[in-house]
Amino acid sequence: MGAVVGTLTMQTKQRRPSRDKTDDELEMTMVCHRPEGLDQLEAQTNFSKQELQILYRGFKNECPSGVVNEETFKHIYAQFFPHGDASMYAHYLFNAFDTTNNGSIKFKDFVMGLSILLRGTLREKLEWTFHLYDINRDGYINREEMTEIVRAIYDMMGKYTYPALKGDVPQQHVDAFFQKMDKNKDGVVTLEEFVIACQEDETMMRSMQLFENVM
Amino acid sequence: MAAGVATWLPFARAAAVGWLPLAKKTMPKPPVDNTSRSDEILYVNVSGVRFQTWKNTLDRYPDTLLGSSEKEFFYNEDTQEYFFDRDPEMFRHILNFYRTGKLHYPRHECIQAFDEELAFYGIVPEIIGDCCMEEYRDRKKENQERLAEDTEANEASDAPLPPHSTSRERLWRAFENPHTSTMALVFYYVTGFFIAVSVIANVVETVPCRPPKGSVKDLPCGEKYQLAFFCMDTACVLIFTFEYLMRLFAAPSRCKFMRSVMSVIDVVAIMPYYIGLVMPENEDVSGAFVTLRVFRVFRIFKFSRHSQGLRILGYTLKSCASELGFLLFSLTMAIIIFATVMFYAEKGTKGSTFTSIPASFWYTIVTMTTLGLVKLDSVLQKHWSQVYHQNFIRLKVRLARIRMAKKGTTNAFLQYKEDRDRDSDSTALCVKNRSAFEHQHHHLLHCLEKTTNHEFTDEMNYSELCMTESVGFRTSRSTSLSSQQGAQNNSTGCCPRRARRRAAMRLANSTVSVSRGSVQELDTLHIKTTSIPPQTRSSLNAQADDLKLNCGEQDFTAAIISIPTPPANTPDESLPPSPAPIPGILRNTRATAYTHDTVKISSL
Repeated sequence: MGAVVGTLTMQTKQRRPSRDKTDDELEMTMVCHRPEGLDQLEAQTNFSKQELQILYRGFKNECPSGVVNEETFKHIYAQFFPHGDASMYAHYLFNAFDTTNNGSIKFKDFVMGLSILLRGTLREKLEWTFHLYDINRDGYINREEMTEIVRAIYDMMGKYTYPALKGDVPQQHVDAFFQKMDKNKDGVVTLEEFVIACQEDETMMRSMQLFENVM
Repeated sequence: MAAGVATWLPFARAAAVGWLPLAKKTMPKPPVDNTSRSDEILYVNVSGVRFQTWKNTLDRYPDTLLGSSEKEFFYNEDTQEYFFDRDPEMFRHILNFYRTGKLHYPRHECIQAFDEELAFYGIVPEIIGDCCMEEYRDRKKENQERLAEDTEANEASDAPLPPHSTSRERLWRAFENPHTSTMALVFYYVTGFFIAVSVIANVVETVPCRPPKGSVKDLPCGEKYQLAFFCMDTACVLIFTFEYLMRLFAAPSRCKFMRSVMSVIDVVAIMPYYIGLVMPENEDVSGAFVTLRVFRVFRIFKFSRHSQGLRILGYTLKSCASELGFLLFSLTMAIIIFATVMFYAEKGTKGSTFTSIPASFWYTIVTMTTLGLVKLDSVLQKHWSQVYHQNFIRLKVRLARIRMAKKGTTNAFLQYKEDRDRDSDSTALCVKNRSAFEHQHHHLLHCLEKTTNHEFTDEMNYSELCMTESVGFRTSRSTSLSSQQGAQNNSTGCCPRRARRRAAMRLANSTVSVSRGSVQELDTLHIKTTSIPPQTRSSLNAQADDLKLNCGEQDFTAAIISIPTPPANTPDESLPPSPAPIPGILRNTRATAYTHDTVKISSL
């Protein structure tokens, strides 16, 4: 009898946390998240006050609650790539921006990320890219992680491409990448190897230069 | 594309840095962004009410009046504002669309006025938010039906006859509009009278009359005065048959007339009599014959020619036919369930009247109709349309919108690629007409292509290319096309394979756009217009305004016109002129037809 009551109470206890979680989620979405002051953000990023204002106005318009969660992010990113499926890559991108790892991007995360990408030094950009590829944040990029990323990118192309995607094109791409990046052929790419290999890559440096003026 | 997406574009482009280590080729140059980064406030004066908004807000939708350079036509230098002589109340909703990305339909406004405002500002009604879409669609449908009825009524009214009409046409007019001539009116009343007589006779037939001498049982009058009733019935049927044959003779389209509801009713009303004539006096068969006489009651429906109200009732039933049908279906289901339950519940009992499930149908029907249906009806009414619309219509609308938006962006990018491939001269003007947003977006997609070393195509081209690759390259097609393209197509460069692919792509694109245009409805055509193939411009030595029209967004009339014009068989410029309001658009039409025609010839 006591055992029955015990199991019953245990079940209700298990159920309650989930209900609490949904309540918490509701609270989180109700609560508005405000960024730090304009001055602080200006100090922390490489944007001017005007630029921050414009960025925030757009951000706030899209996310009145002040945070972007992963679903919304995926949805937004998918709109830029109507041909294919951008959800996996958006997921990795989201994690790269969500530096605090709490499942949502606030304006501060958004603007810091943008600051690195658009106005950061070469080293900062390469570090950012390394963190994007390093899915499990262990400081190394191994073949599986790279394959995931490359597959996600190819998914964005969609089905109808020229030339048609035959064979294991992503895998070949990963092999080529490792060929280039993995200097000591130990199967993983460290940050240093990555930075050095990128700096040696002429094509990439030229492309980086072009991206200076994106904003 | 949705409004807010424009906000995220710089972010997506910045994130493209993440692709750089993987790219095998250099990225393309980003489009030059000449606009100043600082935002300015614009003043918009609509009939005296001053609105202010950021310029960026309006730029979110570059293919509307306020988002494009078209608003410069309304700029007032003296007051430094944009002046529109339109309804300020409606403008509020339009401006909110720019601000929030959602267009709402104000329920108290007239649907036509709203549509006109939308058309003026260049906004497609399809983007009305889900919250207001049903209301909008319902009212639009209502309005259209009313308009259709009005035009029908106007056409059917007492317009004078064309001077040289045949007797057949005059007869038909007399039938349709009895008020036009005295004869027609007389005929109208006579038939009405006989319908009434026939119906009353049917009813009176069954009333029990006093039995004739020598018999005890009451007889129905029909059997007592059998001859009299038979004569009356014959007379009525003769009149009806005569009327039907006259109508059939006079009808402009006999097949259509025979299929119409009224003629079916006429036929059903007189058939039993004729079947009765030919039927032998066999006992078994006459039972079935008696059932047929039930159809004589359909004569009462002939009154609907005489009564406007009955016709309106018919239209009402027709318009909610699907819902009524579903109601009936669910009713049948309920009846079956309850009848089965009753049958099995009472099965063991002696003397039960529920001898079989069909027998318990009757009980269930009676009970449901007397007690349950009223309640059921009121409950259903409340929730029916809500749930129905929610589940079916909203979903369909949303799916259709997503599909359209996807196709729109896909087509825009593919066209951008085609333009890119060709001479910079001819594309320069076109390039300017695209918004900065589109440029940047296309640049982003181009970066992705360079990263993966594959290019985007659409479905048609993909299957085309799969075929060409497997079968082998058909040189004839590409050479004929490239010769017609003229000297402008020397941007093919060193890669003949690429030229062939592009030629194949253009072929597919043109057939796609024309065939798709003919299949789709008016609404979606607006989005599809960007897929009108650009190579038509070069082949016609088109001028600047043509280019603008081709790239423009508002040339949906061109797409509409291009459908009915059949492609002529001569590939020169003197195609049969189609009724186009603007000469620029006419040239556009010719262009489309020309391309289609080109395809035909070269594929031989």
